[in-house]
Amino acid sequence: MSTVTTPEISLTPERSTRTSLRSRLQDALPKIVLAPSFVITLVFVYGFIIWTGYLSFTNSKTFPSYAITGARAYQRLWRWTFESDPPSSWYTSITNMGIFGFLYIGICLGLGLFLAILLDQKIRGEGLLRPIYLYPMALSFIVTGVAWKWFLDPGLGLEQTLHQWGWTSFHFDWIKNKDFVIYTVVIAGVWQASGFVMAMFLAGLRGIDGEIMKAAQIDGATTIQLYRRIIIPLLRPVFLSAFIVLAHMAIKSYDLVVALTSGGPGGSAWLPSNFMYEYTFKRNEMAVGSASAIIMLMTISAIIVPYLYSELREKSR
Amino acid sequence: MSAIVSSGTAARRSNGARMFNRVVIYGLLAFFAIVYLMPLFVMLVTSFKTMDEIQNGNMLSLPSAPTFEPWVKAWGETCVGLTCAGIKGYFWNSLKMVIPAVLISTILGALNGYVLTKWRFRGHTLVFGMMLFACFIPFQSVLLPMATILGSLGRFGITLQNATGFRFGFGNPTVNLVLVHVIYGLGFTTLFFRNFYEAFPTELVKAAQVDGAGFFQIFRRIMLPNSLPIIVVTVIYQFTNIWNDFLFASAYAGTGESMPMTVALNNVVNTSTGVVEYNVNMAAAMIAAMPTLLVYVLAGRYFVRGLMAGAVKG
Amino acid sequence: MRKFMTTTAMAALMVAGCGLAAHAEDVKEVQMLHWWTSGGEAAALNVLKGDLAKEGFAWKDVPVAGGGGDAAMTALKAMVAAGTYPTASQMLGYTVLDYAAAGVMGDLTETAVKEGWDKSVPAALQKFSVYDGKWVAAPVNVHSVNWLWINKAVMDKIGGTEPKTFEDLVALLDKAKAAGVIPLALGGQNWQEATMFDSIVLSTGGPEFYKKAFNDLDEESLKSDTMKKSFDNLATIIKYVDPNFSGRDWNLATAMVIKGDALVQVMGDWAKGEFVAAKKTPDTDFLCYRFPGTDGSVIYNSDMFGMFNVPDDQKAAQVALATATLSKSFQSAFNVVKGSVPARTDVPDTDFDACGKKGIADLKAANDGGTLFGSLAQGYGAPPAIANAYKDVVSKFVHGQIKTSDEAVTELVKAIDDAR
Repeated sequence: MSTVTTPEISLTPERSTRTSLRSRLQDALPKIVLAPSFVITLVFVYGFIIWTGYLSFTNSKTFPSYAITGARAYQRLWRWTFESDPPSSWYTSITNMGIFGFLYIGICLGLGLFLAILLDQKIRGEGLLRPIYLYPMALSFIVTGVAWKWFLDPGLGLEQTLHQWGWTSFHFDWIKNKDFVIYTVVIAGVWQASGFVMAMFLAGLRGIDGEIMKAAQIDGATTIQLYRRIIIPLLRPVFLSAFIVLAHMAIKSYDLVVALTSGGPGGSAWLPSNFMYEYTFKRNEMAVGSASAIIMLMTISAIIVPYLYSELREKSR
Repeated sequence: MSAIVSSGTAARRSNGARMFNRVVIYGLLAFFAIVYLMPLFVMLVTSFKTMDEIQNGNMLSLPSAPTFEPWVKAWGETCVGLTCAGIKGYFWNSLKMVIPAVLISTILGALNGYVLTKWRFRGHTLVFGMMLFACFIPFQSVLLPMATILGSLGRFGITLQNATGFRFGFGNPTVNLVLVHVIYGLGFTTLFFRNFYEAFPTELVKAAQVDGAGFFQIFRRIMLPNSLPIIVVTVIYQFTNIWNDFLFASAYAGTGESMPMTVALNNVVNTSTGVVEYNVNMAAAMIAAMPTLLVYVLAGRYFVRGLMAGAVKG
Repeated sequence: MRKFMTTTAMAALMVAGCGLAAHAEDVKEVQMLHWWTSGGEAAALNVLKGDLAKEGFAWKDVPVAGGGGDAAMTALKAMVAAGTYPTASQMLGYTVLDYAAAGVMGDLTETAVKEGWDKSVPAALQKFSVYDGKWVAAPVNVHSVNWLWINKAVMDKIGGTEPKTFEDLVALLDKAKAAGVIPLALGGQNWQEATMFDSIVLSTGGPEFYKKAFNDLDEESLKSDTMKKSFDNLATIIKYVDPNFSGRDWNLATAMVIKGDALVQVMGDWAKGEFVAAKKTPDTDFLCYRFPGTDGSVIYNSDMFGMFNVPDDQKAAQVALATATLSKSFQSAFNVVKGSVPARTDVPDTDFDACGKKGIADLKAANDGGTLFGSLAQGYGAPPAIANAYKDVVSKFVHGQIKTSDEAVTELVKAIDDAR
């Protein structure tokens, strides 16, 4: 809070040398306006994070208990981190998070950019195509999960259909395979979010100053050079924003896994959010669930905070 | 910008190569459109089939005898718990929760963005950074402490009730949900508006100040009229997320009279033991998604324009 | 903070005075949290709603479906954290005891004594409905897990007879395989696999062993050769499932048997609801046998209505709900629809079909003979932490993350130990 109350408003009119009550109120007004949101964030986000952190050091089971009993929850998670054969649920969750996070964010960015560039080539029917790429965001995964589950099921969906059409050697059973099921989660996740990323890139593309590109074309740059050397670097801020939105969705991808795979064969599709929900609410091991939430948050901050730091420092220069 | 392929470099190419390029581009776009539409196609054909056909036929085949029965049932007959009046009644519950939540979080986000860009103070980056990081908190871990606080608000409401005869909404499930969604939507709305106003010319604000305009006057007269695109962006983003939320909705407003659409849909779709009516489920899912789909299609144009105007620039 | 309050008030006004409507608490009303939202289940519960309506009590429905009660239990936890209890909630096994230990359950002992529940409700169930000498929950039904559900047409075609031993079952599955039918219909989700494994352990080790291993969690039994043998038996019959079993919902597996694509499913008696809904009749269209080698024992789970510690002015409604729940007429009417058997042993079986009659007789015999055991997979053998650790191990064994029965036994002991 101290940061908010420190006065130094860059744009305060200089003529207010006489500090009347009214003008002092005017000076403080922006902070008064911002304060509620900031206080809400402090209490309902950071307060709750502290609460969760506290619980992770207790012996909380079904309900929160407030007697500190030590770091047993962390010890268990630490031990599980290295149990790869047979894989512990925690080991599966964090390795899946690595695979899923990397592919989901990577493919969404790549595909989103690719579609945006294609759509940006003076396409007739753009108004029709754009909502087609966007609509998956609007649907609740409770049901689209069922449609995807059927579609990916070798006995019901794509494989069976292609077999009926005569392509009998076609084989696609990832959703039934403990080693590949996480990739089907990536497929469904990309389907859901890439359209939104496409829209962000499309907007970014249209925001680029046409003069810059004309100049490059006069210099004789080919289309590919133009995109690689000039346009894509100009989209850097869009990449970063899209990254934040995607990272947040990746971390919260709980219903995706449940609706699509029910956890996968032998729990092989779990993500940390599934682990956290399972332990907190289903297994009544709230301390372990809380500890996993704290580890998740720490991992996120290790990735996000440096970005925020560099990005915001640059901005305020 | 969009003329890259057709002008400049293209001038040196033959017409045939240009034709080929266009065919490839349209081909790719059409291919991806088909891929994206596939699940919707499955849902649509399923919703027009009878249960017999679903159980015995191919999921990708067209319905042999299309029936509207599942849609009629999903709309007005299917059972949500013990009440068998379809999902039509839950639109209003969702709307009366979503609309205030979206409005309030958008207004607050706009004010925050305005302060964080045009009325900076020392530490403004830290404040913004903290609000942005808040986007990442897992909702599962706020469920219980939030419930405790909402419980206290509810008891405070009863005290108010006794003292004044009016409860001011404390303890009302819909109000609780509005509150929760405003709190956890603030990070995103602030991000959108801050980045939009970042690119907004500060000179205009300064000029207005010289003319003697105050904080709110500038916001109302200069910022807001120029924010339409970003408002649309924020509204769409918030609308989608809040409309589709299940976790908070089921935990804080599961009772019949305030149950939002997502919870109702979940109750139709998720059965523990019993026959699963896939055709009705698919129809219900599409009915439930209508408002969001409508928002996408209608506001889609502004969506992109809004983003263009600065929402994604960092 | 003032701004924050104003916002709240604004929101309150926006939703058009809903704040007013919620206050006056109607004592002639029960608020009921449950996850029975599908057609048949809802129809069964509607019987109770009707019974209460006759006595003048309104029904305030709080349905939260999903994950076999997971979503509802999450909602319940949030409600309890907020201090707003429902009158009653559908609950399973150890959850009832957890909430009772937290001191949020009510006390129905007076009604229980008056209605004679302690005599008519099986003792095994009372372990969960009675806490610290007080009745805290009203059991609604008893499901039994150790059943085989067989398509009769397929059975006739392959010339099979009721399997009496595990070896018989394997031989029967072989016959089906030879005839080109999928022998075993299974959904590869951890609870289905573990539910089947419950029966295998009872069949392999017998009633004493099942009790020691899966109810008392005796470590010697858990790592014994008998347990190893059980895992080997699981490995044996898992070979008879089709390649696409993983992740399949249980009702789809049942549908395979109904359609004749598969011969048999090992599943709790809720599967009967599927057969009945498909207009199939016991003994003519399908057969219900006890899992071979488990005759005389019943592995059960039970749905209970946990009764919360509501304010005094709601107690009358709560008592009415509990009384109606355990009334013989409701128990009969409900369980005929649901596929389960009544939670009290003195309900006449006249309205039940052949499988239901057999279920009722088996339950009575098992209760009298002390062979009525809680299902570990269904949360009646041990608290959720342990039950889920068990499901993890079984599922990992089925799907190949755990490769041998030796390893499975080691993992089982470790996982259960970890969760204690």
